[in-house]
Amino acid sequence: MSTEVIEKTVKEKEALLSKKRKALVTNPLDSDNPVTIQILGICSALAVTIAMKGTLIMAFGLLFVVVMSNIVISAMRNTIPNRIRIIVQLVVVATLVAALDQVLRAYVYEQSKSLSVFVGLIITNCIVMGRLEAYAMGNRPWDSALDGLGNSLGYAWIIIVIAFIRELFGAGKIFGFQVLAKDWYVANGFFATPAAACIILGLIIWGLRARNGYSED
Amino acid sequence: MENLLNIFIKSIFVDNMIFAYFLGMCSFLAVSKKYKTAVGLGAAVIFVLAVTVPLNWLAYTYLVKEGALTWLSPDLAGVDLEVIKFIIFIAIVAAFVQLIEMVVEKFSPSLYNALGIFLPLIAVNCSILGAALFLPTRDYNLAEATTFGIGSGVGWFLAVVSLAAIREKMAYSDVPKPLRGLGITFIIVGLMALGFMSFAGFKLPF
Repeated sequence: MSTEVIEKTVKEKEALLSKKRKALVTNPLDSDNPVTIQILGICSALAVTIAMKGTLIMAFGLLFVVVMSNIVISAMRNTIPNRIRIIVQLVVVATLVAALDQVLRAYVYEQSKSLSVFVGLIITNCIVMGRLEAYAMGNRPWDSALDGLGNSLGYAWIIIVIAFIRELFGAGKIFGFQVLAKDWYVANGFFATPAAACIILGLIIWGLRARNGYSED
Repeated sequence: MENLLNIFIKSIFVDNMIFAYFLGMCSFLAVSKKYKTAVGLGAAVIFVLAVTVPLNWLAYTYLVKEGALTWLSPDLAGVDLEVIKFIIFIAIVAAFVQLIEMVVEKFSPSLYNALGIFLPLIAVNCSILGAALFLPTRDYNLAEATTFGIGSGVGWFLAVVSLAAIREKMAYSDVPKPLRGLGITFIIVGLMALGFMSFAGFKLPF
């Protein structure tokens, strides 16, 4: 009996950063991207990307919440009753988001004001729930943490690219600094509208899928 | 009354959940492939918003807001539970959705067959929690909050049904392969959002 247990633990032991685990982080950046392939977390990807600064804060916020909630839920996964698992997950995520909201208010108050409801909406960001359901409920904490890290980075680079384009052309600025001189570049208000975010994301998806050879139906 | 009508019209067209705030996008994209499912989920969203927004308003006004607990005893005037508003809101939404699901399953199997599969989806629909999170920033009373909830739901319904109708028609068009599905849908949503921008600043003349 006891030897069996020992054998089992030995078998499951794996290098801290084995090939499989590296793939957990790198796949979501490209071929399994949460935004462009899995269609998760779209709301905030469009709504917060008007300027780089707020977008970076949002990306870090999401990274914190996804990684932490993945670890917590993965550690509790065997004790959560199946029927009420969504509520349990939501409570864990909501607690993390409440903590994040307090930190943002304390240190970057102006930005947290301009992100308004979208910090709170990390709770229902589908990336968080999607990863909890699809990965953390069935895997160990360390793997889940890496999975969360990969997916939130995959989300982060997409929204940062969108924010870069929107801020550059919408205001001629990057991080609030004037990059395109005002005397020859007239800020294009279209890029500041939500509609532009949609169209830019559509084009990014087109480019990425053309590169990956991925297509629907 | 005019005020309520104004809020109603405004939350449908000007502050449309989808085209102005991009709330509830995930399920918006996922269910807009077929017209019929879009109508089902749209109706469920209207219903859930119409009930959870007033519920959350009550919770916010009498439980969470600074000084909200004075009705219990005047000593509690300084208590401010803003910190836990996320947990309260999401717990109310999730519990209510679960409750509805069980009640509908028990008493109206036909309605359950029509709406049932969409209800669990709704607990994590950003537009429901989003509407609740807008409450602290706007000074609504109960009637206004309810109107806002229903209006937002109708706006979402309108958006999802019209996108589904466009996508059904699009089955006959020749879209470049990598752009098919999600890509072209985003571009259409962008164009629809541009259209909805023409409602900005729209106000009833009284």
